[in-house]
Amino acid sequence: MTTATQLLKSFTLWEFLKAHALTLKYFFKPKVTINYPFEKSPLSPRFRGEHALRRYPNGEERCIACKLCEAVCPAQAITIESEPREDGSRRTTRYDIDMTKCIYCGFCQEACPVDAIVEGPNFEYATETREELLYDKAKLLANGDKWERAIAANLEADAPYR
Amino acid sequence: MTEFFQNLGLSYEWAWTVSTLVGIITISLLVMFAVAMVIYVDRKVLGAIMMRRGPNVVGPFGLLQSFADGLKVFLQETIIPSAANKGIFLLAPIITFTVALAAWAVIPFDAGVVVSDINVGLLYILAISSLGVYGVVMSGWASNSKYPFFSAMRAAAQMISYEVSIGFVLVCVVLFAGTFNMSGIVMAQKGHGLGIINGFFINPLLFPMFVVFFISALAETARAPFDLTEAESELVAGYQTEYSSMSFALFWLGEYANILLMCSLCTLLFFGGWLPPVEWAPLYWVPGIIWFLLKTFMFFFMFSWIWATVPRYRYDQLMRLGWKVFLPMSLIFVALISGYLMATGHFG
Repeated sequence: MTTATQLLKSFTLWEFLKAHALTLKYFFKPKVTINYPFEKSPLSPRFRGEHALRRYPNGEERCIACKLCEAVCPAQAITIESEPREDGSRRTTRYDIDMTKCIYCGFCQEACPVDAIVEGPNFEYATETREELLYDKAKLLANGDKWERAIAANLEADAPYR
Repeated sequence: MTEFFQNLGLSYEWAWTVSTLVGIITISLLVMFAVAMVIYVDRKVLGAIMMRRGPNVVGPFGLLQSFADGLKVFLQETIIPSAANKGIFLLAPIITFTVALAAWAVIPFDAGVVVSDINVGLLYILAISSLGVYGVVMSGWASNSKYPFFSAMRAAAQMISYEVSIGFVLVCVVLFAGTFNMSGIVMAQKGHGLGIINGFFINPLLFPMFVVFFISALAETARAPFDLTEAESELVAGYQTEYSSMSFALFWLGEYANILLMCSLCTLLFFGGWLPPVEWAPLYWVPGIIWFLLKTFMFFFMFSWIWATVPRYRYDQLMRLGWKVFLPMSLIFVALISGYLMATGHFG
């Protein structure tokens, strides 16, 4: 390009005008963002969200206190204590997950032999205090009861690929 | 308005004082309201160009977003760094804000609708907008922190450089209008383009000056692409880094009030102020203030549009543009325009 055309281009702000034409085109394009609290994007059945402890359909809790999840947890967020129940079966007396430590890797649900600890589809559990994120067994079981249908559906949808 | 208060039984002096005070309060409130709405528009336009939605939750279409932000900021604590020079630190945002509002005193919104219709209105605006740099420099120095200090030095250099070319552009306008009075400048534009179009922008000698003025206005208000004073990637938030709560909000309001002022100056000096764009009787049925606000809003839209389009200039590019392009160009045009006016016998 000759110096003259270069000069003409820069003094007529040609490239700025072109850029502004482009951005004006985008100004009228439909928005791509999701209107979040009112619209939600679809989640994969494998989505790893808030943890839950599941129960069998008869109400018996699945967890057998094998502590594999505690052992595999890379963030060491899980703390389990256990002792035999009156009927002789081994159960947890304490099952805590520190949600502030958890990195949502999903190893706990991979390790679990009875599908007791799972990461459900819920990701909207922000709290106002840190203490509320230190989940105990009661909270996890309550989560399991609350999300059981969604979790079961997800596990079933993902089963062929496991 | 003075007559109205005189009719209420006040002496002329008191009537004048009361009517001026009422005018000041009205304009301050209106400008602050306009600033709140304009911040919303800014965010919406930027969002739309990025294919986002922008604020849309507070109030219908998110219209109340700025007020919610204002309330939030108002409830926060004002943090003063222990190393800061307390007095100057708190004075700086007040200066920025007051100066930004003070300039509106001579802006005519419609024929005769102006707080102070002084004959040197344009000089007053030049003086006031030069004062604006004090707020920035003082905040940068008083913060006693390196990023605000860098930002303040940049701001001082940038504003002074671009005020020079703005000054010459204004000389061109004044040569054509023959007056420093803002209303007079607007009236001089009536039928300027072949007796049909209202506005100096149509004049081939003044259109390049309009472009120079518009770009210098971007630099003067530290708007993108010349927002070096608050370049996030290098200076955190520039001179506002150490500010919080209302002191931050005053900077914010002052900055946008300045941007609006520059938009209204573009309107008044080049686009015929409150006059309709074309001399055509039905257009005069629309009140002048509507034309003024429409034109100002159009310029503000352009400010947002440019923000969304152009990447930030480097500091040396900014200085080169100011001193080596705009200054010679505006000087040449001052010579050209005075020559033209002499040759055509404009000076009588």
